[in-house]
Amino acid sequence: MILRARGLSKIYHMGEVDVHALRAVDIDLEEGELMVLLGASGSGKSTLLNIIGGLDRPTEGHVWYEDRDLVQLDDDGLTEYRRRHVGFVFQFYNLIPSLTARENVSLVTEIARDPMSPEDALGLVGLADRMNHFPAQMSGGEQQRVAIARAVAKQPRILLCDEPTGALDVETGKLVLSVLREVNDTTGTSTAIITHNAAIAGMGDRVVRMSSGEVADVRINEGRTPLDEIVW
Amino acid sequence: MKGQMLSISLVVATGITTVVTMRGGHDSLAVAQADYYAETRFADVWVSLKRAPETVAADVARLPGVAEVESRVTALARLDLPDIEGLGMGRFVSIPRDGRPALNDIRIARGRWLAPGARDEVLVSGKFAEARGLAPGDSVHAILNGRLRVLDVVGIANSPEHSYSVPPGGLYPDDERYGVFWMGRDALGSVYDLDGAFNELVLTVAPGADPEHVIADVDRVVDRYGGQGAYARDDQVSHRVLQSELDQNRVMSTAIPGVFLLVAAFLLHLVLGRMIATQRTEIAVLKAFGYRDAEVGRHYLAFAFVAIGVGAIVGTVGGVWLGGAYVELYGAYFVFPELDFLLAPYLLMAAAGVSALAAALGAMGAVRSAVRLPPAEAMRPEPPPSFEPGPLEKAGVGRVLPSAGRMILRNMERRPMRVALSSLGVAFSVAILVVGMFAFDGVLYMMDLQFRVIQREDLTVTFQEPLSAAVRYDLDRLDGVTRVETWRSVPARLRVGHREREVGLQGLEEGSRLRRIVDRDGRIIPVPSRGVVMSRFLAEQLDAETGDMILAEVLIGERRSAFVPLAGVVDDLMGVSATMSRAALDDLAGGGDVVSGAYLSVMDDHRTEVESGLAQAPVVATVASPGTMYETFEETLSESLYVSIAFLLGFASVISVGVVYNGSRIALSERGRELASLRVMGFRKGEVSVLLLGEQALVTLLAVPLGWLIGYALVALVLASLDSETYRIPLMISPRTYLLAAGLTVAAAVASGWVVRRRVNRLDLIEVLKTRE
Repeated sequence: MILRARGLSKIYHMGEVDVHALRAVDIDLEEGELMVLLGASGSGKSTLLNIIGGLDRPTEGHVWYEDRDLVQLDDDGLTEYRRRHVGFVFQFYNLIPSLTARENVSLVTEIARDPMSPEDALGLVGLADRMNHFPAQMSGGEQQRVAIARAVAKQPRILLCDEPTGALDVETGKLVLSVLREVNDTTGTSTAIITHNAAIAGMGDRVVRMSSGEVADVRINEGRTPLDEIVW
Repeated sequence: MKGQMLSISLVVATGITTVVTMRGGHDSLAVAQADYYAETRFADVWVSLKRAPETVAADVARLPGVAEVESRVTALARLDLPDIEGLGMGRFVSIPRDGRPALNDIRIARGRWLAPGARDEVLVSGKFAEARGLAPGDSVHAILNGRLRVLDVVGIANSPEHSYSVPPGGLYPDDERYGVFWMGRDALGSVYDLDGAFNELVLTVAPGADPEHVIADVDRVVDRYGGQGAYARDDQVSHRVLQSELDQNRVMSTAIPGVFLLVAAFLLHLVLGRMIATQRTEIAVLKAFGYRDAEVGRHYLAFAFVAIGVGAIVGTVGGVWLGGAYVELYGAYFVFPELDFLLAPYLLMAAAGVSALAAALGAMGAVRSAVRLPPAEAMRPEPPPSFEPGPLEKAGVGRVLPSAGRMILRNMERRPMRVALSSLGVAFSVAILVVGMFAFDGVLYMMDLQFRVIQREDLTVTFQEPLSAAVRYDLDRLDGVTRVETWRSVPARLRVGHREREVGLQGLEEGSRLRRIVDRDGRIIPVPSRGVVMSRFLAEQLDAETGDMILAEVLIGERRSAFVPLAGVVDDLMGVSATMSRAALDDLAGGGDVVSGAYLSVMDDHRTEVESGLAQAPVVATVASPGTMYETFEETLSESLYVSIAFLLGFASVISVGVVYNGSRIALSERGRELASLRVMGFRKGEVSVLLLGEQALVTLLAVPLGWLIGYALVALVLASLDSETYRIPLMISPRTYLLAAGLTVAAAVASGWVVRRRVNRLDLIEVLKTRE
């Protein structure tokens, strides 16, 4: 087990009202698995991702990465955690517009300890021939694949993807998901995909469904649905 | 937005403050000068002579082009001042029998006019009275024509002739030791055996008459009375210094505010442009609701006018306040009966006008792009900016750079104009500092050369009348005197072809060591045994080159004239000099082996003693100590320089802070999302700050050499506007000045970068995951 969270609660104070985004959530991320975190808007899945990604702190509870408690880390400690161990894929790609695909990846590999080469990373997402293109010259799907290459190039232990297909059409979305699937298979990086899209759930090894800040159920997929069969 | 608008207002305020302060100060001085001159009927021409009967004044009055003439008696006399190191000197000027001078009238500040027929009453100049704590009723001891007189101070007076009051041979006012005294014509005339005669004429030139012709005519008339060459108002010391100050002031009061307003316009352009980019959707909604282009445009223009208007108001108030202090500072050097800070309505209107112009200029481009935007297009987010490798990268720079470096470089290459203008802005801040601190370099170099290389004597003695050269043995015998070198000076007219010029022709001993001929690089030129060595400035006026023969007409004694060869030209820094060996001068001027004075080297512990001993000697006119002069100068200079440098530093900081702060705020606004996502990916705060501020750092670094260049050019411009006859400050800027100017600007830039850097720590990382810009 690479990541273990116990009793996570998060309360936002919105004026007079307290919003319980998370209520005593227990969750694990297993070594090498692909977990789909499914939930409607407001279910608490993003809050959960923020906490396990080291971007936010829980009001209560603990998160252990291996044997380190993230709750005990200060800002700089969390930055180092994200830098060394976590790869992020955003809904809107967030590539640096002034850098080519290769440079977007090497921006990260230049500060990583044991990265793969930017060329290999882009090859992994099928963009070996688009390396010298700028984001403005690429489609949304291509940009998202560059973002995935950027996230995995530093060989993180954990890959966190926040609605990675949210801004894409179905076909392109499926292509991106297949890339994530393949990266998970070839590199063994523990991956968590957040989505509100139940159709995607089938591709995961494990599906955690969230509702009203609680884990509603956890399902282990015995046989993962092939991506061509997924429709939404 | 608040911080950015504030910084723009500050730049405008500084610009308007400088224009109101400097231009207002200039106007105030010019008005005070004009009023003062008119009221006191300030003369146009002066001429000193040895002795002439009163009828000569009437002859001069009849010359064509002469409006009004006044004869008077003037004399330089030693003062016996208690508790003072060095020698006190007084310039004594006669007042006509009937009470008031017709020309160069004086104004009584305190006390009363001289009583008719009073023989011991004097009026004393204001600065001297102030420095010495003299009031009507006090008395002053003076040695008039070798006799000690106790003079009663009955009033404190001022004259336009002495607005700027410099002791003879001095460079700066020395109010502790030098003052002007007005005395009755009969009283002063009888002391100097000038009853019914005079030794100076002042006159005004009739409107339309050519002063040059008048001067030539006057010279001809007074020639036989020992005339020493008439000169025009432009050569009158007090007027010349004041005029040169006013001229300089006019240049600076236009150039400096211009820089500030241009910087303000540029910053406004940047900030408004960014504001409109982030408010695309709002603009679209307004337009969709049916707002007209003009109304949308007006909204953004209003921002510009508020930012600039606030600056203009603050600047005007600050300028009026500072202007008072500025004029007061002038009052410390120049005496005017009424010197108040005047704020001419035209100046206020001009300040408002140029501010509005800057606002319009800055807002124009940005507002036009807002107005042009079709509503439907504006509803959509701005398309992602497209990039490509710029020329620098194509040249190969990119290969050696890490991705972070390329990011910075491409952002800069994408907006070369913005980078260029930002650099130019910061460069002005460097340049302003270079100009400010150059004053130290140039003036100190010049003074150092003058007082440590050229004038190396401890005491300069001038005799009342030329004495036999044998006087050197008397001087040599004085206790503590280690070296004596005599000198002679005669007024002469030098002529080459139709060009001529009057100078004091100086004779130095061959092998002279205490006083030397030195060029601007410190090279020592030996006193020639034959011929004359002159300042390049003079040689150029005469259009003479080494080897040319120069006709020298001596204006005193037997009034001999002879051709002398130009033995050399010296590229010197101060004044205008023509030097010969003393033997050659004796041959030329006649009168035997006589000397006008001597330079003495004196042991330190005997200085005061020798000085006061010489001061008592009736044959001695003045004893000066260059060392004291240098000290006075350094005190005056460093005080005023520190004040002006403090101001310039403030001005320079306002610019560099304005440019760098706004530049980084805009970068943060444009690329905040980019930077926040890097933070999410594990980039440290420092690394992200480098990406944010790297561009500003490069802008600042580019600005440094550019600022040095502009500074150099500005220094050259300022030097060109200086009065080059009195001094020619060498254009030598020390490495220290360059480094300090760069260092201070960089420090201001770093400080503003630091303020913006703190915002990097507050980037909202979670928001980045959610929203699209």
